[in-house]
Amino acid sequence: MSVLIDKNTKVICQGFTGSQGTLHSEQAIAYGTQLVGGVTPGKGGTVHLGLPVFNTVKEAVKATGATASVIYVPAAFAKDGILEAADAGIELIVCITEGVPTLDMLAVKANLDARGIRLIGPNCPGVITPGECKIGIMPGVIHMPGKVGIVSRSGTLTYEAVKQTTDLGFGQSTCVGIGGDPIPGSNFIDILAMFEADPKTEAIIMVGEIGGNAEEEAAAYIKAHVTKPVVGYIAGVTAPAGKRMGHAGAIIAGGKGTAEDKFAALQAAGVHTVKSLAEIGNTLKAVTGW
Amino acid sequence: MNLHEYQGKQLFAEYGLPVSKGYAVDTADEAVAAAKTLGGDRWVIKVQVHAGGRGKAGGVKLVSSEAEIRDFAAKHIGTNLVTFQTDEHGQPVSKIYIETCTDIARELYLGAVIDRSTRRVVFMASTEGGVEIEKVAEETPEKILKASIDPAIGAMAYQGRDLAFALGLEGKQVNQFANVFTTLSRLFTENDLALLEINPLVITTDGDIHCLDAKVALDGNALYRHKKLAAMQDPSQEDARENQAATFGLNYVALEGNIGCMVNGAGLAMGTMDLVKLHGGQPANFLDVGGGATKETVSEAFKIILSDPNVKAVLINIFGGIVRCDVIAEGIIGAVKEVGVTLPVVVRFEGNNAELGVKALADSDVDIIAATSLTDAVQQAVKAAGGAA
Repeated sequence: MSVLIDKNTKVICQGFTGSQGTLHSEQAIAYGTQLVGGVTPGKGGTVHLGLPVFNTVKEAVKATGATASVIYVPAAFAKDGILEAADAGIELIVCITEGVPTLDMLAVKANLDARGIRLIGPNCPGVITPGECKIGIMPGVIHMPGKVGIVSRSGTLTYEAVKQTTDLGFGQSTCVGIGGDPIPGSNFIDILAMFEADPKTEAIIMVGEIGGNAEEEAAAYIKAHVTKPVVGYIAGVTAPAGKRMGHAGAIIAGGKGTAEDKFAALQAAGVHTVKSLAEIGNTLKAVTGW
Repeated sequence: MNLHEYQGKQLFAEYGLPVSKGYAVDTADEAVAAAKTLGGDRWVIKVQVHAGGRGKAGGVKLVSSEAEIRDFAAKHIGTNLVTFQTDEHGQPVSKIYIETCTDIARELYLGAVIDRSTRRVVFMASTEGGVEIEKVAEETPEKILKASIDPAIGAMAYQGRDLAFALGLEGKQVNQFANVFTTLSRLFTENDLALLEINPLVITTDGDIHCLDAKVALDGNALYRHKKLAAMQDPSQEDARENQAATFGLNYVALEGNIGCMVNGAGLAMGTMDLVKLHGGQPANFLDVGGGATKETVSEAFKIILSDPNVKAVLINIFGGIVRCDVIAEGIIGAVKEVGVTLPVVVRFEGNNAELGVKALADSDVDIIAATSLTDAVQQAVKAAGGAA
């Protein structure tokens, strides 16, 4: 068991023949992901990386039986790409693209929610179930099959948490990068619920950052519904108010969304918080007694 | 990206919203000429800066003579205006806006933001216009009325009427307000706004609704489809180093400390700053070099970090994902030589080919401290910058 994806997940890639799509599809295939084809409008019928290219997602789904799609198209086409995947019957859409306009995501999110379709991202590293399926841009080699579920708003901070849990020999059940945008397709709560229900996940690492109140909402959810140990880290204690820190969603606005507030909310919910990103793994070791 | 008030009002006027007639000018002569064209005997004159609190800081004035106009222009154009929202240097004033005078009976507040929790555009209205809305929200949240916009439907007139009646409006004002509300909602969506604020939205002594201010912020990610608005960007209102960094695809934010930070990934960049602080140091900046750090981007990053005279040491923290640490090591070595870096540089590599990266640094003829772990790197940088504060 794992969450969202496993060794049987059939994946297609939108933006397959572009530079990003090509680079990361090669890595996914090398990792063992069941990548079954790709979509580039106008290049249907050709073969890329030994896999069939289709003009539309609908054709790709019909021919391959794919249930998941990873999107590498430029930001201006992300809304179109996500909705095309949704209309073609894709159940899990992972959008890596950075820089998607917020109002595009507002419309997309409302549309997908009404139909119960799961979107991860945009502006995220993707999802990986180590040893089984890698959808996204994360380096496969640092992962190890195991028992820790990791959910994070940041790519490189996820890698830090992954590396530390691999070095300690715990490994990961599934790692989900929900992305750094203000309107993510999935939030912490969606993924925490999956980890809580997943028998393979024995503990959870949650990596948040300044901006918005997704961490505060997650804290309330953890208090009410999560029985597994949770280690929480928040980036941005030193971030000044009113400045966007790289991620579109990482901004303290009107005094709201500070790291202090988020740490406090997590602590109040019984989450084991850690102030040093170098100590995430050791903190997990201490609280689980592993 | 923020618009100036005069640009926001221009946009409002295109949508037929009630704004005063006015001109943005660069000189006292132009201001006087604009007043003559506008006619009347009283005008409002306002400095154009990207900051709130202009009125309290003396940047807004009611004038009734040519001498007063010249006086205001001479006092402000070419200087910086410091308000409670700016830093101690203030924002440079290059334009002033002169408009016809409006006689005010009541001041209201109307604004819109993207609410991240409900994932909707949410309008906020209040009878407490003309003051800091954050204060109203903090002290008397019941005085803030809200209307949430369904992205598939848009704003409906009844939502505007609901707000209008709750604000105590009457007669023709109710429909006028509802019209302003639905029009603003359309303007918000059609132009990819991130934030909209009219403070104050006034009722004139004639009983009409009028937009006396216009604060408009655009979604930077959507500027590609709003070329006309994108051209309104005023770099003089933004940090020069942040702008320079952006032209090289780097995300930079200046801070007060003395340890320059160069990191790949926004989250890790913040986490590294926090770690510096945790170990008693002070980060000088946030800087995300992005996923594909090359010699060119690393060189530019060094130049930007070193342009801050407070920097005493540089900490480079790279987690090699797809990108290889040995490739980045060559970039760092080349950049240190090219830029002529003399300050201590501490490097931490992790991930893809980290050992080869460390070896490349050790084998090179430049003086770089290769750290053994993240914590070690931060401690070495703090030490190199003169120890814990």
